[in-house]
Amino acid sequence: MKNTTISDAFGKRRADIQAIWTKQLTSAAGSAKGRLSSTELEQQARQFLELFHPAVQSNQLDDINGSEWLEVRAFLEDLSRRRVLAGFSSDETALFIFSLKRVLFDILKDESAGDAMQMADHFWQMNVLLDKLGLHTVKSYQRTREEVINRQQHELLELSTPVVKLWDGILALPMIGTLDSARTQVVMESLLQKIVETESQIAIIDITGVPTVDTLVAQHLIKTVTALRLMGADCIISGVRPQIAQTIVHLGVDLHGVTTKANLADALALALKRSGIAFTKK
Amino acid sequence: MTAMTTLHSSGELPLKTERDIVLGRQTVRRLSQEQGFSLVDQTKIVTAASELARNALIYGGGGVLIWEVLLDGIKRGLRLTFKDEGPGIPNLELALTDGWTSGHGLGLGLSGARRLVNEFELDSAVGQGTRVTVTRWK
Repeated sequence: MKNTTISDAFGKRRADIQAIWTKQLTSAAGSAKGRLSSTELEQQARQFLELFHPAVQSNQLDDINGSEWLEVRAFLEDLSRRRVLAGFSSDETALFIFSLKRVLFDILKDESAGDAMQMADHFWQMNVLLDKLGLHTVKSYQRTREEVINRQQHELLELSTPVVKLWDGILALPMIGTLDSARTQVVMESLLQKIVETESQIAIIDITGVPTVDTLVAQHLIKTVTALRLMGADCIISGVRPQIAQTIVHLGVDLHGVTTKANLADALALALKRSGIAFTKK
Repeated sequence: MTAMTTLHSSGELPLKTERDIVLGRQTVRRLSQEQGFSLVDQTKIVTAASELARNALIYGGGGVLIWEVLLDGIKRGLRLTFKDEGPGIPNLELALTDGWTSGHGLGLGLSGARRLVNEFELDSAVGQGTRVTVTRWK
């Protein structure tokens, strides 16, 4: 029974394993800008070994997907998640498991008492096992990262479309960044909704922050203007910079019937004039 | 292109998703800035790239963008090739007509891109794919 010996060796030398491993983790963490205190590392190492030991004793070393490894897997997933949030890189996270190799191999070497065949066997089993656990850690890390990115994307989608009220009956929509279809859809919906809510007559779409206006973006703008007109509101597009104007001309996009202005101030002045509001200098 | 023209550097980008179009635009903008293109020229080549990349993705089912920085004496240029293995264009003349589209766009992408660059080449074979090469000189 080869596996029993791995488990025996582990049981016998557990205190040593924990001490050496903790020391290794702490010295490696020293270079990791001290984002984890040595107490935390020690605690994580202890918790991991507490779960790892019974799993090794179960003798299911080839398959970490079984129920014996459930708690170990859950621990590693939780560890990865916390390290993602703490700003660790994927290799720093995986090192938690891989640094255990050296420690366990040394112990297995001691315990094999010169039986080379048995030692090679144990090394291989332990190697495969730790690789699998390491990969599981990286996979969890990746998954958490993707969750974070997805969440940010959604937040960005919401954040990037503020409709602001400039005056009674005048709304402005400052657009920034790439106008891909998903975002333009959100922009258009929120603008039309706001027009209804605030009973506004004029909407100013400011494209100063849009780096490229190609035919798709132009088409989105034209559609938005048309929809606004159908609702009885007027639309002014502002922030048309010289290079954008030239490009639109070359593209051959027809913006006849769409009021455009070079900047937001001009657009606001026009909107106020149309609303019959005038200012005088004191 | 004259015999004097030499290749300075080149690279390739995939065009498989909407995000690749954004990345493609950013790359073309960076390259044109590095070549010292004026703001207007930068905007023109970036906009042309945006149109052609989107065509390759939407009509060609995805493809690649190959960029080359060219040197011709003291002139510097940027050549972009958009290649896809899509259904191809049956009628090139029609495809280059303002306002004609086989999809839902404005029908100005291809013809507009041609007006935004100095050199424009369109090769297409039905069932084999389309290749558009555009060059803008500083």
